[in-house]
Amino acid sequence: MALEPAITDLEQLKSHPAIAKLLAWNPVAVQGAKFDRNEISIYVERSLVREACALLRDDADCPYNYLADVTCVDWFPSEPRFEVVYHLLSIPRKERVRLKVRLEGSSPALDSVTQVWSAANYFEREVFDLFGVRFAGHPYLRRLLMPEDWEGHPLRKDYPVEGYR
Amino acid sequence: MILNMGPHHPSTHGVLRLILEIDGENIVRIMPDIGYLHTGIEKTCEAKFYQQVVPLTDRIDYLCPLTNNLCYVLAVEKLLGLEIPPKAQWMRVMLNELTRINSHLVWLGTHALDIGAMTVFLYCFREREDILRLFEMVSGQRMMTSYFRIGGLALEPPLGFFEKVRHFARRFPAKVDEYENLLTGNPIWGMRTRGVARITAEDAVALGASGPTLRGSGVDFDLRRDLPYSGYENFRFKVPVGQDGDVFARYMCRVGEMRESIAMVEQAVEGMPEGPIKAVAPKVVLPDREMMKTQMEALIYHFKIITEGFAVPAGEVYQAVESPRGEMGYYVVSDGTAKPYRVHMRSACLANLQLLPSMCEGRLLADVVAAIGSIDIVLGEIDR
Repeated sequence: MALEPAITDLEQLKSHPAIAKLLAWNPVAVQGAKFDRNEISIYVERSLVREACALLRDDADCPYNYLADVTCVDWFPSEPRFEVVYHLLSIPRKERVRLKVRLEGSSPALDSVTQVWSAANYFEREVFDLFGVRFAGHPYLRRLLMPEDWEGHPLRKDYPVEGYR
Repeated sequence: MILNMGPHHPSTHGVLRLILEIDGENIVRIMPDIGYLHTGIEKTCEAKFYQQVVPLTDRIDYLCPLTNNLCYVLAVEKLLGLEIPPKAQWMRVMLNELTRINSHLVWLGTHALDIGAMTVFLYCFREREDILRLFEMVSGQRMMTSYFRIGGLALEPPLGFFEKVRHFARRFPAKVDEYENLLTGNPIWGMRTRGVARITAEDAVALGASGPTLRGSGVDFDLRRDLPYSGYENFRFKVPVGQDGDVFARYMCRVGEMRESIAMVEQAVEGMPEGPIKAVAPKVVLPDREMMKTQMEALIYHFKIITEGFAVPAGEVYQAVESPRGEMGYYVVSDGTAKPYRVHMRSACLANLQLLPSMCEGRLLADVVAAIGSIDIVLGEIDR
């Protein structure tokens, strides 16, 4: 089992093109980065997510024009509790990158990226439905998988696996 | 008028509910309502050991169970850092391509059936029977095989298996010719599918479409060729790309893919390497049954793996494969214990479903059925 140790030092990862672009635009945007198992993850500052995504999408060298996925991980009980994860793919350059945004547990909210990629529509609805993260600016933020009148957010860690019935 | 194309409908291929606002025969607005097949698989995965999740993955996209297996198993192997022996990789590719043909046969049969060509449905399912018998031969199960396990394959392929696969691979291209004979040059098929449900390349990329839905609009991107996994770099295959972005272009893409897939199956059978089918990792991969019955250490490893699972080093991985529907991805987060902390399935159909409004609004009601068929929707994958 030959696993190389993860690189979590931002100084060592500054040369990665996506991180370099974000740092050149606004150094506050990148809170940290990780290179693990051949995948790069970038921790983005919460209020700058939408602009960071637009920057990466419109970049000339490596346009991340495809939003593969938006999902969330619940790290209850540690804070910051939620981590919204964006998986981006650049179709011309065949590169993947992962953006992560950390949110607090009480009323987590974030800007929607539907204006950047329309693909975010259903993905963000699903995150809202199953985790309770609100996306500001989403055209139709309603429950997607659970029934309209469901109470609670099933994929949170404090929601039991068997449900409440 | 608001019309409900309810979850119980023969043409929606699963429990898809569409709320249509129509003006005569024209669609003004279309809104899909999903969630009727939501079974909380992602939540269930957090309560199971890594190896116990494998049977759950079969049932997510139930038309290509081996592809789901492959994606999850590759993700966990990436987390563990396992090296998979070449024979296991080639078997995985071969069975994956047979699964792709299987899924496209269902797509073609049901899509043609919805549009009215009922004969094609029976022809496709006749070939599907042969493939399901092959799966039953190798794994004991026709559909939900769970044949790919973490570290390799579950069982050795039986004697005579490759002969049967070779026999099928020789017969199959003539069958694809039969389907094309019935449909491709058919003027009725042309009128129902050419120019219908058109989508441009920019819209498809922005809306997150993948697979033949994306390639039908002219975007040449295939994960098997561009971001290869599990030994696909050793295979020679072409990727069919359409230009018009309509139902007919997507149909030609998938029929072309069936032909390419059977060629890949032949390549796999001809070049199948010898060797073990499981990686060398005693704490993760179950030992052979003969060794388990005779050696004490093997018995202890077997017992520990089954009852306690194996701890996976902390980290996260996103692994995507090219399923018959598009980019299917598994995002697995591990916290260092024997149960996954989070498993998320990136469903190709969920993103492809977002194309439906742009494809259908302003068009006729009858085209909705053709559009849904051309996206090749499987609700199990959308709802999980």
